[in-house]
Amino acid sequence: MMYLAIVFLPLLAAAVAGLLPRLTGHLGAQIITTGILAVSAVLSLYAFYDVAYLGHEKTVEIARWFSIGAFEANWSLRIDTLTAVMLVVVTFVSCLVHIYSWGYMAEDPHKSRFFAYLSLFTFAMLMLVTADNFMQIFFGWEGVGLSSYLLIGFWYKKSTANAAAIKAFITNRVGDFGFALGIMAVFVIFGSLSFDTVFAEVDGKSGQMFQFLGMQIAAIELVAFLLFIGAMGKSAQFFLHVWLPDAMEGPTPVSALIHAATMVTAGVFLVVRCGPIFDAAPFTSGFITIIGATTAFFAATIGLVQNDIKRVVAYSTCSQLGYMFFAAGLGMYNAAMFHLFTHAFFKALLFLGAGSVIVGMHHEQDMRKMGGLWKKMPLTWAFMLIGTLALTGFGIPGTYFGLSGFFSKDVIIEGAYMAGDAGRNFGYLAFWVGVIAALMTSFYSWRVIFMTFHGKPRGDEHTFAHAKESPLSMMVPLTLLAAGALFAGVLFKSDFVGSNSSEFWRGSTVAETHESALKDDHAVAKSSNDHEPKPSDHEKKQKSGGEHHVPTWVLWSPFVAMALGFVFSWWLYIRRAGLADKWAEQSKFLHPFLYNKWYFDELYDVLFVNNVKRFGDWFWKLGDQRIIDGFGPNGFAAVTAAMARKATRLQTGFVYHYAFLMLIGLVAFVSWVVLRGVGGQ
Amino acid sequence: MLGVSEVSNLPHLLSLVTFTPAIGALLLILFKALARSDDRAIVERNAPAVALVTSLFTFALSILMLLEFNPADPGFQLVEEANWFAGFQYRMGVDGISILLVLLTTFLMPLCFIASMGAIKTRVTEYMVAFLILETLIIGVFCSLDIVMFYIFFEAGLIPMYLIIGVWGGDNKVYAAFKFFLYTLLGSMLMLIAVIAMIMVAGTSNIVELLAFDFAPGLQTWLWLGFFASFAVKLPMWPVHTWLPDAHVQAPTAGSVILAGVLLKLGGYGFIRFSLPMFPLASQFFAPLVFVLSVIAIIYTSMVAFRQTDMKKLIAYSSVAHMGFVTIGLFAMNFIGLQGAIFQMLSHGVISGALFLIVGVVYERMHTREIAAYGGLVHRMPVYAAIFMVFTMANVGLPGTSGFIGEILTLVSAFKVNTWVALGATTGVIFSAVYALHLYRAVIFGEMVNDKLAAITDITRKEMLMFAPLILATLIMGVLPVLVTDITGPAVEALMERIDAGLALAAPTGGAGG
Repeated sequence: MMYLAIVFLPLLAAAVAGLLPRLTGHLGAQIITTGILAVSAVLSLYAFYDVAYLGHEKTVEIARWFSIGAFEANWSLRIDTLTAVMLVVVTFVSCLVHIYSWGYMAEDPHKSRFFAYLSLFTFAMLMLVTADNFMQIFFGWEGVGLSSYLLIGFWYKKSTANAAAIKAFITNRVGDFGFALGIMAVFVIFGSLSFDTVFAEVDGKSGQMFQFLGMQIAAIELVAFLLFIGAMGKSAQFFLHVWLPDAMEGPTPVSALIHAATMVTAGVFLVVRCGPIFDAAPFTSGFITIIGATTAFFAATIGLVQNDIKRVVAYSTCSQLGYMFFAAGLGMYNAAMFHLFTHAFFKALLFLGAGSVIVGMHHEQDMRKMGGLWKKMPLTWAFMLIGTLALTGFGIPGTYFGLSGFFSKDVIIEGAYMAGDAGRNFGYLAFWVGVIAALMTSFYSWRVIFMTFHGKPRGDEHTFAHAKESPLSMMVPLTLLAAGALFAGVLFKSDFVGSNSSEFWRGSTVAETHESALKDDHAVAKSSNDHEPKPSDHEKKQKSGGEHHVPTWVLWSPFVAMALGFVFSWWLYIRRAGLADKWAEQSKFLHPFLYNKWYFDELYDVLFVNNVKRFGDWFWKLGDQRIIDGFGPNGFAAVTAAMARKATRLQTGFVYHYAFLMLIGLVAFVSWVVLRGVGGQ
Repeated sequence: MLGVSEVSNLPHLLSLVTFTPAIGALLLILFKALARSDDRAIVERNAPAVALVTSLFTFALSILMLLEFNPADPGFQLVEEANWFAGFQYRMGVDGISILLVLLTTFLMPLCFIASMGAIKTRVTEYMVAFLILETLIIGVFCSLDIVMFYIFFEAGLIPMYLIIGVWGGDNKVYAAFKFFLYTLLGSMLMLIAVIAMIMVAGTSNIVELLAFDFAPGLQTWLWLGFFASFAVKLPMWPVHTWLPDAHVQAPTAGSVILAGVLLKLGGYGFIRFSLPMFPLASQFFAPLVFVLSVIAIIYTSMVAFRQTDMKKLIAYSSVAHMGFVTIGLFAMNFIGLQGAIFQMLSHGVISGALFLIVGVVYERMHTREIAAYGGLVHRMPVYAAIFMVFTMANVGLPGTSGFIGEILTLVSAFKVNTWVALGATTGVIFSAVYALHLYRAVIFGEMVNDKLAAITDITRKEMLMFAPLILATLIMGVLPVLVTDITGPAVEALMERIDAGLALAAPTGGAGG
């Protein structure tokens, strides 16, 4: 079976590389894992074609997993278009990251372990995206969490890496806490864990209330809200974002694969997969919009001032995930998936490009010590430029000229405006946040380019002199990703969000009314029943047709934001180089606030970490030792201690006491039985 | 209705499984007693091998028992009955629940003997004898179909455990043994009273007949409390848990394995066999109390575990937290909860056993359990680090390991009954990650700071032999839990029927309609 091969070959690769390192050697482990991932990627491309274009969806049952009354779940692979898209993203990026790691990890003494982890991660991620029930998706969900933990802490000598790994796992567990409760709620409310059964039941459960913690909550809202907490953890959304920047302690290929292209998008995938539930939960959808928009804005503000090249890209990931979430919150599930898809290419490109810079600079990550590198690393510079243009959404509105991010991001921003227009909660808010965040995205992205590649070299002269272009194994994946970043948008727009989308998705996602409005005017009229748009506007939309019924100023606003960001960045870092540093020094509040990431780490230390430690100590030393033991056994002990000390073989003494008492009990018992004549007859 | 099913075509198989270890122990005693003084050393040297072979033989017999067992039948099987003395009956039998606990015992015991080889240097023969007798007594508890037999096995099992802690224990063994003694004594005296009262009222000590007897609601309350005193200590539940960390710290490695792996399950088994089916009304009445204690156990002991500086204490506290899930599942009193609680007991038996063996590996090399004495072990012990990781993840309940199944099932059952309980208990998934990863990081990762560790060696072949079956068990139970739940299913269904019938009986008088 092809699908079994796609999913389980990486597990096999991980097992061979991880368990038999002596047999395979480092080179063998690299060849096996990379080769198998290549096979898996090719098969996934075929599967994508087979499912999305030929319509051969299917579910492959593997084995029974759980079966306790109605609480049952099978190991199975559900292959529909939504899964197929994820299969391609996961196996393609994973394969490229495997190849890239040949060069990036060339000096590392634990290569086979690294490749085993990468393949293990891929397996877990594939289990996640092919799940057809809530249990298996949770299996994949926690599995990627484990792999992420192992890979962040890959360099286990580094104390910071270990701390980051634990932080990632535990923060994700906070999200999983919600997710697990969500699964319980799903089961208790729907009586099933299977996606199909649950989604089919959603309509029937609308309006049903559920008693949760003494409150009456709409059942669907409860399920949606709890599941979304899981998504927040995995996708590093506001409040649960703290682990993602620290996760950059891991090797850069890991950041590209896990913390940019695939794992962190699992939350978006979850929301899209459970679209039927979220779509029926307007309150939670509003919450998702708010959280997504907040994250998009908040992460971008932090990205403005960071100096570590990887952290800037990490915050940009956080921010872009925010876009995907507010799109999903506004019901634009297809647009969210489209952005997930294009983002995988250009963000992996940016990370791997940053990795190339880091290798070239002998593991220097501080951009303040870079500059002028474009002459030394022209290819990397070109790739980073493509990535930046794609991320900032470069393209001419209203035409088919643009990089991938242009298509997907603008669809989201315009869609947000249209959703607001259609009366959807927080639609306009999301639109404005999207535009402002786009300005900041453009600013910090160009800041990376300018600080790294342009201006005068600011770092160590020796390092700069020896900086050179990275090896071929790193350049090949960059080339392929660059191709994706350039063309994924224009090629797939009509399939993901355009006129062809319903044939493409085949019902695997929920197509929302105002989203399809981008291609279908009648839907706009339908969805705006509760909110009357101005008739003139409406007429205009009717006439314009296609995707150009969005007001022109809305259409152009992301472009203007992008251009302004570029100009500011150029002015601050090229034209008036040094001015930014001066401002930063003079800033009393804003710069430290942003530079210290809004003080979230400090806040959480005070709120959670310290209190858990304090309560742990209290419970232990006060609760257990002073109170329970003090009044219990030790109080007794004080009485009997003198007696106990005299005995030379105390332990046996106690046994004798005990045996004696038991014997007395038994004797009393037996005599009573005999006297009463009550036996077992 | 729990009935007695057909007689096996292998008569006395259960007795054979139960008493084979005791026969091995007897042989060892005879060898030692009869040997001339200069031959005693030979006996001492070979005692571990004799014990290991005996336990492996017992395990083989228990596999045979499993093959003879018909999982579709909810009743007791392989039943044996005989007159004992003074009107007492010798009655043995297993159902889908107890048979797996027997199997857990016979599975862990050989591993204990492997772990003890080389680790125990004084009174080796006596040590092996104590363990073999312990095995017989534990299996006896699970197989007894007579409450008097049950009580005798249940209480007598503590004596070899005392000896194991008291004689072969660490520096502070007296204190630990004393605590163990005090807690258990109180519990078992109360249970004894309850047992006597039950026999008096029902007129029988036959468990099968007791299961069919309907105790008056008022009496149920008192009987339930009597049993609860003993089982809660054994499990242990908060706040009668403080004997456990001390007992673990002082016990030798194999003692900890059996203590955490099997002895703690006696409490859970007692709830399943007696409290729930025989006193369903009282169980329902006290369920909120049990929930509160369980949720406190999960949160409180997890936090305490996080602050421990002794590896064994940390794992001991984590055991208390994990047992909290068992009691929640049991007293949710629904099918999923009971299945989950039983699964959690089996799973915890494997995982905690493995974790104590993991501590034992480095303790044997470095003779300290202080977390601070370690660090960076992965540099010298990569295989050890990998095994430790597997069980750390099993301990935090990662899906794919057995730990997950028990937790999610008991949590779902709690969610059905009370969302507060589910919410409180689910925080366990966060806390377990906190303390388990903290331990792992401190011991395995980082630079090697302690110079004494420089010469530490990785897992030996003997140790690998010990961990391989445990890893397999954890993963198989995690990936194919149906293998277990299909066996326990019919028995649990019968148990639920009994509970529901017991609850329905009182419904008209209690005024609760429905």
